[in-house]
Amino acid sequence: MITYISIFITAIFVNNIVLAQFLGICPFLGVSKKVSTATGMGAAVAFVMTIATICTYLLQKYLLDAFGIGFMQTIVFILVIAALVQMVEIILKKVSPPLYQALGVFLPLITTNCTILGIAILAIDCANLLEAVVYAISTALGYALAMVLFAGIREQLSTTKVPAAMQGIPIALVVAGLLALAFMGFAGIKIG
Amino acid sequence: MAKQSSFGNMLVVLTVITVITGALLGYVYNITKEPIALSKKLKQENAVKEVAPDFDNSPIEEAYTVTINGLDLTVFPAEKEGKKAGAAVQSKTSIGFGGEISVMVGFNADGTIRNYRVLSHAETPGLGSKMEEWFRTDKGDQSVLGKNPATDNLTVKKDGGSVDAITAATISSRAFLDAIANAYAAYTNNDATTSATTQTGKEASHE
Amino acid sequence: MNKFKIILNGIITENPTFVLLLGMCPTLATTSSAMNGMSMGLATMFVLICSNIVISLIKDIVPDKVRIPCYIVVIATFVTILQMCMEAYVPDLYESLGLFIPLIVVNCIVLGRAEAFAAKNNAFDSMLDGVGIGIGFTIALTILGSVRELLGTGKIFNIGIYPEQYGSLIFVLAPGAFIALGYLIAIVNKLKTK
Repeated sequence: MITYISIFITAIFVNNIVLAQFLGICPFLGVSKKVSTATGMGAAVAFVMTIATICTYLLQKYLLDAFGIGFMQTIVFILVIAALVQMVEIILKKVSPPLYQALGVFLPLITTNCTILGIAILAIDCANLLEAVVYAISTALGYALAMVLFAGIREQLSTTKVPAAMQGIPIALVVAGLLALAFMGFAGIKIG
Repeated sequence: MAKQSSFGNMLVVLTVITVITGALLGYVYNITKEPIALSKKLKQENAVKEVAPDFDNSPIEEAYTVTINGLDLTVFPAEKEGKKAGAAVQSKTSIGFGGEISVMVGFNADGTIRNYRVLSHAETPGLGSKMEEWFRTDKGDQSVLGKNPATDNLTVKKDGGSVDAITAATISSRAFLDAIANAYAAYTNNDATTSATTQTGKEASHE
Repeated sequence: MNKFKIILNGIITENPTFVLLLGMCPTLATTSSAMNGMSMGLATMFVLICSNIVISLIKDIVPDKVRIPCYIVVIATFVTILQMCMEAYVPDLYESLGLFIPLIVVNCIVLGRAEAFAAKNNAFDSMLDGVGIGIGFTIALTILGSVRELLGTGKIFNIGIYPEQYGSLIFVLAPGAFIALGYLIAIVNKLKTK
């Protein structure tokens, strides 16, 4: 149990995927102008990341490793993720229209979100499927947390006077830097 | 631009592309397989050569694994003219500031530390090279070279030991010395002193 | 179109990092030193040139609806080839760039150029576009890497400029990456408005 709690805390705070590992920066900067869209994106990523990690983990163990074709990893994973995103979109539309309405717009953006492929590759090192799933879910939560915090700051920032050259992305990057600085305070925390 | 899509041509094109790329990758994989294995072996060999005493056997092939404190460590025994000359131990610790620290430690036959090399770490950038320098510099009580973990208390002074910690990096220093203790425990695993030394290693890590 | 202009376009007018703001993840993650930044830039350039050429060659046989999966497969193939070659011949560099080599697949620059340029132009022009964008990306990463290495450790390409103890380590760490890039883009913006 302690292993899972440790994975959970580490993935959310200590090794936050955006602020410490630099994955998923594009949507982090792109869709973080409002807290509501940031929440939607965070939820969509969490959803796809969990499913994708389960699929890729099983594929790696029972197909790629079993046949010794580990070098096909990147191709297989990216195709699985792309197909999965499409499928999730179609299924959601049929099965749960409200959920589709909430997440729908963000789904196409997710294929090129490097967090999904990155976590799928990183999760291969996990000892078993359950660990990989816990890892994926906690990483996604960390992603959502960073997005929402960042969006909150940017909402405030939009009313502030910023030098012309710093407007938009530059000031957003500096804010992200300060946020990363705050998250560095979690470094060295260990459980178990 | 592109052709009209029909189920047939989509299937054909996708299949053909996948088959071609699969074959291409298999080909490159076969070419690079050996150099990859070779460069990995070479790296390990160099690290072993650097830290272990002179040997005329092949430590890489005679290597064995020992489990200390739940970590799998690899021991590369070094022999000279049929006699035990010491060993290189690929050791690690999980109590570092940012995660695992991996160190290759060389021991002489009498158990004194001959040399070491930091293989990988996840501490603050720049600390790796500092660890590489600090514990071999003959200044104050920094150096661990020539010390014997069984007789010298190789923990940082803050923990009541005899080694100066790296300035402003006590946790990393503690972790480094823990890796050394683990290495020694693995090296002496077959001797009667095993339980005693493992104990010191454990105590040090709990403080 | 003027051949020279295609290359220049990628380096200046459509510089992927400073102007188009694409491919932020590797830009931030791999620029802890000038050397790493430049290597990542060159690795991306290799993939960009190869995939651009191949995609412009196959663009007429690929049915419209499956073009994106086809492009992704082509890109992923070159990335994997690069990955294996780097692991074999420059293992130290491979280790320091780590996860970000396979992640070139999802670098928006590569797929972006495939869609925006290679799918509409001939192979030679596409190659030039790959060279231009690649050089632009490499220059941007090298600059960012140099700035961070200089401020953080007092060195550029491991050559000491000023004593290391005056450096502020924060620039080598994650927060410094964001802040340094933010200011660099601001400087580019300032220069553009003049």
